[in-house]
Amino acid sequence: MSAVVELKDVHKTFGTNHVLRGVSFAVERGQVAAIIGQSGSGKSTALRCMDRLETIDRGKLHVCGHALHDPKLDLKPLRRDVGIVFQSYNLFPHLTVEQNVTLAPRTVKGMPASQAREIAATVLAKVGLQAKMSSYPEQLSGGQQQRVAIARSLAMEPKLMLFDEVTSALDPQLTGEVLRVMEQLAKDGMTMVLVTHEMAFARNVAHKVVYMHDGKVHESGSADILRRPSTPELAQFISADA
Amino acid sequence: MNTQYIGSLLQGLWGTVLLSLLSFLFGGLFGLLIALARISPVRAVAEATRIYIQFMQGMPLLVLMGLCFYGPSLLGAQTVNALFAATLAMTFYAGAYLGEIWRGCLQAVPRSQWEAAECLGFSRWQRMRKVILPQGLRLATPPTVGFMVQIVKNTSVASLVVGFTELSYNAKVLNNTTFQPFLYFGLAGLMYFAVCYPLSRQARKLERKLNVSRR
Repeated sequence: MSAVVELKDVHKTFGTNHVLRGVSFAVERGQVAAIIGQSGSGKSTALRCMDRLETIDRGKLHVCGHALHDPKLDLKPLRRDVGIVFQSYNLFPHLTVEQNVTLAPRTVKGMPASQAREIAATVLAKVGLQAKMSSYPEQLSGGQQQRVAIARSLAMEPKLMLFDEVTSALDPQLTGEVLRVMEQLAKDGMTMVLVTHEMAFARNVAHKVVYMHDGKVHESGSADILRRPSTPELAQFISADA
Repeated sequence: MNTQYIGSLLQGLWGTVLLSLLSFLFGGLFGLLIALARISPVRAVAEATRIYIQFMQGMPLLVLMGLCFYGPSLLGAQTVNALFAATLAMTFYAGAYLGEIWRGCLQAVPRSQWEAAECLGFSRWQRMRKVILPQGLRLATPPTVGFMVQIVKNTSVASLVVGFTELSYNAKVLNNTTFQPFLYFGLAGLMYFAVCYPLSRQARKLERKLNVSRR
């Protein structure tokens, strides 16, 4: 089984709100999967479940070989395999860009400072921010902060990257610079799952598109479903975007 | 008024400063423990700490001083050192208040910071030490310096029960000999002010600075 992420009939309830009502799909190694859908369709919750930020109530969920439905799962190996980037960047404001990137390799992996700095230089070059090493997050634009956040995750050398609406807080120009970094990551063969509103990005980069509606996968397939949707809901969702 | 009396007041001032420093040192260490215990994931620990804080905040410092000074001898200990008893009481007192102040500051660090650190694989303790504490303590600086003023002033309670030679105690003694309460209590008041005012100013300055950097 080469699926990096596999959901089988996943259910999740917050109080009386049944957010995920039996979600199933899989993402293969090296694939880029885009989860799209209206607000409240459960797409962000599905993504957060993949990093165990939420526990699922029912069903099976495997990520990088870890069984996330198991309540006794050791989270440490999971968190080493999975990187996540949030809409609000969540950089550590009291640390410089370089320290933001090196903190986890040093603390979690016990890496020596010199080696961690080398890795920081590499990943920051990848996101085009090598010159900003000694800046603090508040001195950077939103787009730059988000690229640092991506670099921070990459420094842990994850096998899977999750992106939770990472461009939703950015203007079109800054969105572009973040998407270009993500596109390059995809070309490098990173397995990625992203929740996004960027239809053009989904169309051009995603190998797989999952359209969620009312807590279920309403339609999924290659990016072609965005050109030729087979359900009226997806057709309407796309036309609203255009 | 003669110089000997002024010397006595200055000696008292030294006692006050010493007790304040000890209170802040031990109260601070204890307070940090209290703050961490208060947000512990272990319910029993968090609850026990909450009750302790409630209890301390509902008890006059004077009574606490009395308990710390007379309590040990009632339990069979030999005479209790006055400075030790006063420091003990101030530690219990300052620990409870500082703990509650710092708990608030730690919880004021956004949840998303916890989440980001968690997703990078940090253990709970690593998250606390590397991500939450540095940010929380920065928030905590102004109220902490502000509370130091309370500590300085409240060391005067030690004079009533314990008889430790600090500023208020010496002023009282001088009044008893000279019958010039206004003069000596007035001078003592000025000395308290001289210690507390710079602290208050510092607290206000830190608060302004922090607001600027947070915009």
